Amino acid sequence: MSSYQKRSKQELARRVAQDIHDGAYVNLGIGMPTLVANHIPAGREVILHSENGILGMGPAPAAGAEDYDLINAGKQPVTLLAGGAYFHHADSFAMMRGGHLDICVLGAFQVSSTGDLANWSTGEPGSIPAVGGAMDLAIGAKQTWVMMDLLTKQGESKVVAQCSYPLTGIACVKRIYSELATLECTPDGLRLIDKVDGLEHAALEQLLGLPIAA
Amino acid sequence: MINKIALSVADALAGVKDGSTVLIGGFGTAGIPAELIDGLIAQGAKDLTVVNNNAGNGEAGLAALLKAGRVRKIICSFPRQADSQVFDALYRSGRIELELVPQGNLAERIRAAGAGIGAFFCPTAYGTELAQGKETREINGRHYVLEYPIHGDVALIKAERGDRWGNLTYRMSARNFGPVMATAARHTVATVHEIVELGALDPEAIVTPGIHVSKIVRIDHVATQAGGIKISAKSA
Repeated sequence: MSSYQKRSKQELARRVAQDIHDGAYVNLGIGMPTLVANHIPAGREVILHSENGILGMGPAPAAGAEDYDLINAGKQPVTLLAGGAYFHHADSFAMMRGGHLDICVLGAFQVSSTGDLANWSTGEPGSIPAVGGAMDLAIGAKQTWVMMDLLTKQGESKVVAQCSYPLTGIACVKRIYSELATLECTPDGLRLIDKVDGLEHAALEQLLGLPIAA
Repeated sequence: MINKIALSVADALAGVKDGSTVLIGGFGTAGIPAELIDGLIAQGAKDLTVVNNNAGNGEAGLAALLKAGRVRKIICSFPRQADSQVFDALYRSGRIELELVPQGNLAERIRAAGAGIGAFFCPTAYGTELAQGKETREINGRHYVLEYPIHGDVALIKAERGDRWGNLTYRMSARNFGPVMATAARHTVATVHEIVELGALDPEAIVTPGIHVSKIVRIDHVATQAGGIKISAKSA
């Protein structure tokens, strides 16, 4: 029985941030990915994009200094860094779809071993569908990374041979950053980048029910 | 002499007909033309198709227009929110039609309408249920979906400053859909907080040239608050 410690949310955010290079243009999805902004290593200049027309997005303003004309994709107040710019929605999505963003980090319900992404709908009957910018982001950035727990609360793997939830995009995810391991999605399936100390390779494969190339 | 300054919201919206497609700017709390939506409710046009990123929040603004039974169809990217109860109830009871469009497609289809583009191939949504039934094509090894423009009869947008020729500037992320919607409608109405003399807007900084604007209406300067509620700057 292997003994290991899961990465906490903050540790996971730090792990993602380590791989963001100096000078990168990055879009961080709503939810857990927004934590990554707090962990960009000192000395690296990273420019954050927000789908609603911001490049050079800064952190949340101090209490009382909120300006609700300046918000992020999650509709939370933010700030603009010196050198930042505003632009309209079509330009903002042209930045994504034109392949100008280096990295986008998204949450997911499921990712297939070849990088199919499902993160916008659980397809439940009677649910009201909402997609927002997820499909544009998933296929637009030079690299799409997913940040998520590998297992559901019920212990089922969210990395699957084939997504059962409605797809967001096909073969668009390059890497999965998770509480247990960092994985690359390739046309041939999963490849291990790293894993937490003490977790055996075979144990990880068993948790996911999928082969992982070393 | 060209003078696009309308004396009132009612004046600017006088010609809106039943059955119109109405493009409404705004994203979250920013850039919502709240006074124009209220004006449209008062104006009375019905059987509308509304294009907006969302499907209304709370009970005011777009939600109130929906609640008044004036909207037949909504085209948007993200209808479901914590406070979208008015839309949710209409949708679940089959009293409103929804066309769900990925946000980038929404913006680009509006842009295409304004630019006279007949249709365009776009990679977004290829292989997903939102592309079902749509024409696709492989171009240079990549798969694309054919998307058609969204034309508006009317666009309602919120800008910051304007002049009598209809030139507009915006404020921060309140710009969002305004500039593309302005190009895509036959009749574009913009609210501004300040009307200035011709030449007072820096020509290098004008975002929407007046050719795209039919009417501008000055409204009191208000600060947008959390949840999109607006209060006057004096009491803010």
